Amino acid sequence: MNKPIDGPLGPDSPLGAGTTGATGPGLRADWGTPDNASRVPYSTYTDPALYARELERFFYGGHWCYVGLACEVPNPGDFKRTSVGERSVVLVRDHDGTINVVENHCAHRGVQFCQKDHGNAKDFVCPYHQWNYDLKGNLIGLPFRRGVKVVEDGKARIDGGMPADFDLKKHGLNKLKVEVLHGVVFASFDHGVAPLSDYLGPQVMPWFERIFKGRELTLLGYSRQRIPGNWKLMQENIKDPYHPGLLHTWFVTFGLWRADQRSQMVMDEHGRHAVMISRRNEGGKGEVTKGVTSFKENMALHDTRLLDVVPEPWWGGPTVTMMTLFPSLIVQQQVNSLSTRHIVPVGPDAFDFHWTHFGFSDDTPEMTRRRLRQANLFGPAGFVSADDGEIVEMSQQGFEQDPWSRTVSELGGTAIGPTDHMVTETLIRGMYAYWRRVMEA
Amino acid sequence: MNAPGMDATAATGAARGLRIDPQIRADVQALYADAAAALDERRFDDWIDCFTDDCEYVVQPRENFDRGLPLATMMLESKGMLRDRIYAIGETLFHAPYHQRHVVGPVRVVAAEDARLRVEAGYAVFRTKVQQPSEVFNVGRTIDTVVRDGDGLWRFASRRVVFDSELIPNSIIYPV
Repeated sequence: MNKPIDGPLGPDSPLGAGTTGATGPGLRADWGTPDNASRVPYSTYTDPALYARELERFFYGGHWCYVGLACEVPNPGDFKRTSVGERSVVLVRDHDGTINVVENHCAHRGVQFCQKDHGNAKDFVCPYHQWNYDLKGNLIGLPFRRGVKVVEDGKARIDGGMPADFDLKKHGLNKLKVEVLHGVVFASFDHGVAPLSDYLGPQVMPWFERIFKGRELTLLGYSRQRIPGNWKLMQENIKDPYHPGLLHTWFVTFGLWRADQRSQMVMDEHGRHAVMISRRNEGGKGEVTKGVTSFKENMALHDTRLLDVVPEPWWGGPTVTMMTLFPSLIVQQQVNSLSTRHIVPVGPDAFDFHWTHFGFSDDTPEMTRRRLRQANLFGPAGFVSADDGEIVEMSQQGFEQDPWSRTVSELGGTAIGPTDHMVTETLIRGMYAYWRRVMEA
Repeated sequence: MNAPGMDATAATGAARGLRIDPQIRADVQALYADAAAALDERRFDDWIDCFTDDCEYVVQPRENFDRGLPLATMMLESKGMLRDRIYAIGETLFHAPYHQRHVVGPVRVVAAEDARLRVEAGYAVFRTKVQQPSEVFNVGRTIDTVVRDGDGLWRFASRRVVFDSELIPNSIIYPV
């Protein structure tokens, strides 16, 4: 599935070679009208050629992808194996403290040299022929470069070796462009990508800074799951304030997310990134739970510590902010529980979802315990999040049986823009309008 | 820092030569079999009865356990939280139905102090979803503290399920 970063689609591509007016499965023809962003063709989630194009245009070019947190690699030489799209990369803290990201394959014969998920290394050595790289990915040496000296019958000669003009500088690892923003690490194969702050944009940035700016993060741990659905479905799920008050009985009952609470939908100027902001209310029965069949009137916890919410000064009002940074990252603040959720696509019909839970270095032990306890709501077994994984899988099943159909995401009409309520699918439409612009260009 | 009541270094180790009364060994083996069967048959009240009142039940990726990272996939700190989980399975957690089938390896008693045993066992759980072939769902080991309770029955005071599986196949709904 890996295509060259900037290579054009070949003439034999099912998408056609044209750079404008691209047609083919899921592209212009299937969408009907030029401005349709609310009725998504099911083939958008199933077609392998479209998926290849998405990898090329979103994950390998023109965009920043999340690769990790700086607190995961605190010391020089600390590394973490992670992914950009389908491509394996290594995030490493250099001896001078900077963070580098290199692609995980040797420049010699392509061996994926890093097989551990984390560790510490003073340099990278490919096990096959011991090509040796520094932590920036520069090739610094290789065995038998000058050949092997042999003495036979009193005569010395040099056997083999690399050509005299072999240039170490031209055979380093593939280096990604890296930016670290308040301890969050982003990388891009595309060295021409816009600066990260421009990429995120002024609408989203304050919400990013609200969580991360000026804070030292502590790593609480990981959850990892493979969800059998198209990667965009997870972006959609966190751009969809319509569902939590319906699908997530837990949220409805305990007032963490209900259709009547004060909320705000924010999107960047391109419609690709978004923030869903909400303020917890009291929960329980009311106008908003009428007809909501998932609402459980008599539900009460045996152990109320599961919802032992303590407001933190930095919240400044909102109790929930869910940020989607296209294409690869979701940042979660759900009351006291914080995580990054990394989307790693593994084909048109599945993605791996890596959760990294974190806290802050000045957290009390009680706050740490509270964050860990509230993590019961999230992740692959979460009281709330497990619903999402299951529903994504069922969406994919529907798409695959009938790729000729289209979705209807028209809550709040077909307009695209920020709102001060949550009874809307505007953020989903914003993402697909952007998707169409990039994919059809 | 680790999740309640356990620390990583105390977990394993050889226990050759540790002499356990055969009746106690048989009782503990029966507890493991009963707990697994209760889950597989979705007799969740029976499963909860395998735990003491002030129990803890933790399901944790091996990655976090080995690195001393405290995050767990499920972290239930009391019998009340066990009940809350079971309620959610029946009433609130939206999920496609599936069967679990546990295969639990030989129970190893790794430390014993009166009526309090440290016990470990390897396990595999197979999952079968509607109209689908069976698949390996989750594998790992349990690191447990088993005690003789007030009524004379052996129960889990603490159960930590540490799974090797690097990726959870979508979701974990039932206890493992």
